[in-house]
Amino acid sequence: MLRELKKYRFDFTVIVLFSGLIAVSCLAEWTTGQQLVETTFWRFLKEMLTILPCMFVLIGLFDVWIPREKIEKHVGRGSGIKGIALMILLAVTQVGPLYAAFPVAHLLWKKGCSLRNIFVYVGTFSAVKIPMIVFEIGFLGVTFSILRLILTIPVFILIAIIMERRLRNTSYEITKPE
Amino acid sequence: MTILFIITGALLVVSFIANKQKTLEGLKKGALQFLKLLPTLLSVIILVSIAMYFIPEKMLIKYFGDQAGVLGYLSASLVGSVSLIPGFISYPLSGMLVESGVGYGVIALFITTLKMVGIMTIPLEAKYFGMKVTLQRNALSLIGAIVIGIIMAVFFAVT
Repeated sequence: MLRELKKYRFDFTVIVLFSGLIAVSCLAEWTTGQQLVETTFWRFLKEMLTILPCMFVLIGLFDVWIPREKIEKHVGRGSGIKGIALMILLAVTQVGPLYAAFPVAHLLWKKGCSLRNIFVYVGTFSAVKIPMIVFEIGFLGVTFSILRLILTIPVFILIAIIMERRLRNTSYEITKPE
Repeated sequence: MTILFIITGALLVVSFIANKQKTLEGLKKGALQFLKLLPTLLSVIILVSIAMYFIPEKMLIKYFGDQAGVLGYLSASLVGSVSLIPGFISYPLSGMLVESGVGYGVIALFITTLKMVGIMTIPLEAKYFGMKVTLQRNALSLIGAIVIGIIMAVFFAVT
């Protein structure tokens, strides 16, 4: 528990210092501080606190309703469009940064997933996560988010196809670091 | 924003009717992740709002705005490719940049490179895919991101 909390040492320091700043600004009627809180921080925090609870409810529901293993079974070589669709569905349900996709890519490779589908997975990994899109819509609007999505998916499917074409007849292997 | 509440609420109700136990488990998982993220999130909001307060909007627009032209795209893709900013930070940041007058094309390029191009993680990626394939994948992703950014810029310029 203590070790867990230690991870947040920096964050807590910032929070405590900022709380101090707010208190001082209010008490001493320091306008710069008050303005800072009112104009940027407060607006920002309000936006976050309305979007985030919904986002995490969605993440939790996805986690329990979409069994990853089932999707992984249907993405082997020769899986066609269905394989691509399932790959995107798999990417949609994951959480984490790009580098979190690499170990999964290796796992999929070992399970017989086609190279194209692996690159679809890596390419669309963080672009199409539903909770993140919800988040994106909140901050950048529906038009922007949907348009970006419509453009991103074909572009990264194309990249995956190019990558597979280049590697198809080589003895390429996805490895695991020792 | 209302639509988000409606969708979340509707899904929650459907899920609850379908399987009460699973739904509670999901809610618990979500809540736990939220709590884990909260301290970092708060400190990021604080730091970003301080930075946004002191960095003059003119400067942001100079480097990332529509008038910045190619320079805006270059800086956006550079920052996006090099840094590792998670989505829950990059979206609010992008939202604020848009409000300060930065173009949607530049933002799209920033977000796409942020997700698809990882210069800092190339050594790690190479351990799985090999250096040659890693470089190819990153280069293609950068080109893809630029294409997406340009199309989006054109779209928002027209509408």
